[in-house]
Amino acid sequence: MVAKKRVAYKSRWSQVFDGANAALMVFLCLAVLLPFWFLLVQSLDNVSRLSGGLYLWPQEFTLKYYRKVLSSKYIWLGYMNTLYRVGFGTLLSLFCTSMGAYAISKKYFPHRTFWTFFMLFTMFFGGGLIPTFLWYRTLGFIDNRLVYILPGMVGVYNLVMIRNFISTIPGEMEESARLDGANDFQIYLHIILPMSKPILATVGLWLIVGNWNAWFDCLVYMRSGSKQVLQVVLRRILNEGSNEMLEGANVEDMAVSPEMLKAATIFVSTIPVLLIYPFLQKYFVKGIYVGSLKG
Amino acid sequence: MNVRKVARRNPWHGYIVHWQLVVMFFPVIVALTLFHYIPLYGIIIAFKDFKLSKGIMGSEWVGLLQFQKLLIMPSFQEVFRNTILISALRILFGFPAPILLAILLNEIANARFKKVVQTISYLPHFLSWVVLGGIFTQFLSPSTGFINRIIEFFGGTPVYFMADPSVFVGVLIVTGIWKEIGWGTVIYLACMAGINTELYEAATVDGANRLQRVLHVTLPGLVPVISIQFILNSGNLVNAGFDQIFNMYNESVYRVADIIDTYVYRRGLIDQQYSFSAAAGLFKNIISFILVLFTNVLVKRLNGGEGGIW
Repeated sequence: MVAKKRVAYKSRWSQVFDGANAALMVFLCLAVLLPFWFLLVQSLDNVSRLSGGLYLWPQEFTLKYYRKVLSSKYIWLGYMNTLYRVGFGTLLSLFCTSMGAYAISKKYFPHRTFWTFFMLFTMFFGGGLIPTFLWYRTLGFIDNRLVYILPGMVGVYNLVMIRNFISTIPGEMEESARLDGANDFQIYLHIILPMSKPILATVGLWLIVGNWNAWFDCLVYMRSGSKQVLQVVLRRILNEGSNEMLEGANVEDMAVSPEMLKAATIFVSTIPVLLIYPFLQKYFVKGIYVGSLKG
Repeated sequence: MNVRKVARRNPWHGYIVHWQLVVMFFPVIVALTLFHYIPLYGIIIAFKDFKLSKGIMGSEWVGLLQFQKLLIMPSFQEVFRNTILISALRILFGFPAPILLAILLNEIANARFKKVVQTISYLPHFLSWVVLGGIFTQFLSPSTGFINRIIEFFGGTPVYFMADPSVFVGVLIVTGIWKEIGWGTVIYLACMAGINTELYEAATVDGANRLQRVLHVTLPGLVPVISIQFILNSGNLVNAGFDQIFNMYNESVYRVADIIDTYVYRRGLIDQQYSFSAAAGLFKNIISFILVLFTNVLVKRLNGGEGGIW
């Protein structure tokens, strides 16, 4: 961009390209937003869309689908379980991962090469679904909410990102703290943690989004409906057409179209992310910039 | 002096001196052992006829029987073909897509417009395939979906996007690109920001036009990141995207969309054929691992000993 400004004269082709490029980008944005908009209109429209027409605006505005979805017990239980894993899962993982990252960032960590390999290996080879399932079963994870938070307590990729960041922190403060008699725990708590805020914010947000969106572990390990996370409640309503999940919802009129109801359910479970992400995405991006620096 | 000599010879000495660091690293060891390494031991059920009642140790050894069954089974051959085809298409179209978009974004002079486009294009990355599967089922629905309404408006007949085997793979590829193209640009844009602007100036002085600057300055600057991304993605050749397919497919498209992971899930967890599906999973993991190793060597060789991930 800097280079471009120095060029006083832009050729005709260059201008044509700029126009076409801008048009393409507008098209891209529409392609991203249209499915959401279409669904939103559907979920807010009292007129059934099973016949005729294409509308970009609700003909007859209604909130009845949302009222029905929000009166379902399972949606709220799903919200609670999701918030539980987002909260505890994120905090536990952030703590264990950053602590490990600090330890392994030290050149004099015993057998550092071995332990680094020990971690990285898990990124490229795993036991697979069935052996993991059988072992977690032995551990008593079936129908146990611990499966939401314990297996994710250390993320190797995140650990490497945090380690790379920590190794860019200048060593002087740590040196002087050590001269004052600080031990490794104190240095981690009082120097490393405060100075790693940017990367911790980024990794924390990744964990939050990951936990919010996680569904597979719940599908595999949870049996009771009351322990299911929001994504799985949503999945059951969408894919299995299961109205059982919406049971207990007060059906004021029987003419609720299942399609509209699904549309409303999607939005109920997505709105928090839609509202928050534009404000947080810069932290996500920043973390990639920072973490990808070679440590 | 004696003590020092002993210390130097004893390989565990570091664990005593730096016990605080070891304690801090301990959760990592425990978590990875418990949740990654012990399940590796469970892989041996792929060589056994595992019965839940007998446990892993008590079940009978059958050697490579499960793998023999797997390889002659027509349903697995089909699943394997689907997996390779879908991921090959993803690599062919999905891998270059964010690179292209990053280059086009980089050519936008208006910073605010660029920012808006970026923010909007990141959106689908933050949503799960459960949500997106639901959205696309509605969006592509033959009776009420937006796309089919447009097709009808122009006089066409509705397409059963989610149920027609001849178009479903295309739907998977396009919606897959749709989800990740925006977010995929982040790493390339970060890399472009790091390219020395003097290179662009020198190229301009030498009379290079915009296309030539992209080809001879931007792209070469991206090569290291592209190779790392390529290695990290190469293992995915047998990993055609479980989350997406599991949330979008249905029985009418199993023929083209059933992949190893979905097959393992149904065979293993629904039909409870543990040994058989563990064998299928292991087969996949080994191929994936070999692919990563192979690509790493290949990329290193092409770049003259540099650019690998280890």
